[in-house]
Amino acid sequence: MARVAVTVPASAKRGEVIEIKTLAEHAMENGFRRTQNGELIPRDIITQFSCSYNGVEVFRAELHPAVAANPLIAFTTVATESGTLEFKWTGDNGYVATYSSKITVA
Amino acid sequence: MTSRRRFLALVAGALAAANARAQLDPNIAVKRRAALEAAIRKVTGGAPARAGKVKLEVPPLIDNGNAVPVTVAVESPMTAAEHVKTIHLLTEKNPQPHVLSAHLGPRAGRARLATRARIADSGKVIAIAELSDGSYWSHEVSVIVTLSACLEDGLI
Repeated sequence: MARVAVTVPASAKRGEVIEIKTLAEHAMENGFRRTQNGELIPRDIITQFSCSYNGVEVFRAELHPAVAANPLIAFTTVATESGTLEFKWTGDNGYVATYSSKITVA
Repeated sequence: MTSRRRFLALVAGALAAANARAQLDPNIAVKRRAALEAAIRKVTGGAPARAGKVKLEVPPLIDNGNAVPVTVAVESPMTAAEHVKTIHLLTEKNPQPHVLSAHLGPRAGRARLATRARIADSGKVIAIAELSDGSYWSHEVSVIVTLSACLEDGLI
């Protein structure tokens, strides 16, 4: 299982804009590099990232080879209600990583 | 019969040709510009992207092009009626111009995004934002890259 790191505040006030930082462990092989024998290393990257808040998608991103290794994506969302934030990364060669974190909204 | 002089000329010619193939494409600048323009057209669907509203933050001098911190912020109230739909990040000198496309909505609260990009060569970095009213806004920043992101392939 691929390692990921996500920071979400554990609690927030209703209507507050919270910042979410996500990091996934992935080499993001861009498909333009060659081995010492001159063979192209095939592309192997994360292509999609999404975040849903209690089942509703609030953020989605398409990643291309020009995203650095171990892609960091930081974004914001409004704390509307207590619940779960689900994060999902999908990529080449069947890469899938998920993470969920709870948030309490007062 | 092949003379020694002719043989040497042939060998030199063959070597030069092989070498030239391994070198940069002479039209690389034109091709890259065309690729960037095509990417921008694909993003905006041919609509003009005006300068303004978008603030792209990239360090002007990049030591290591493999992980360049990039922040994009767009001026928008982020309400259901008026919000940023998409933020696209493009580079001028990469073999593929696209870096990242982010889809947000009124639930983002703020139109702000941070990531790390690979940048192959000194040139422009462009952020384009699509607003809910269908308009496109952009910001371009020129950067200098001292250590290029890994690309030995003659694509840079």
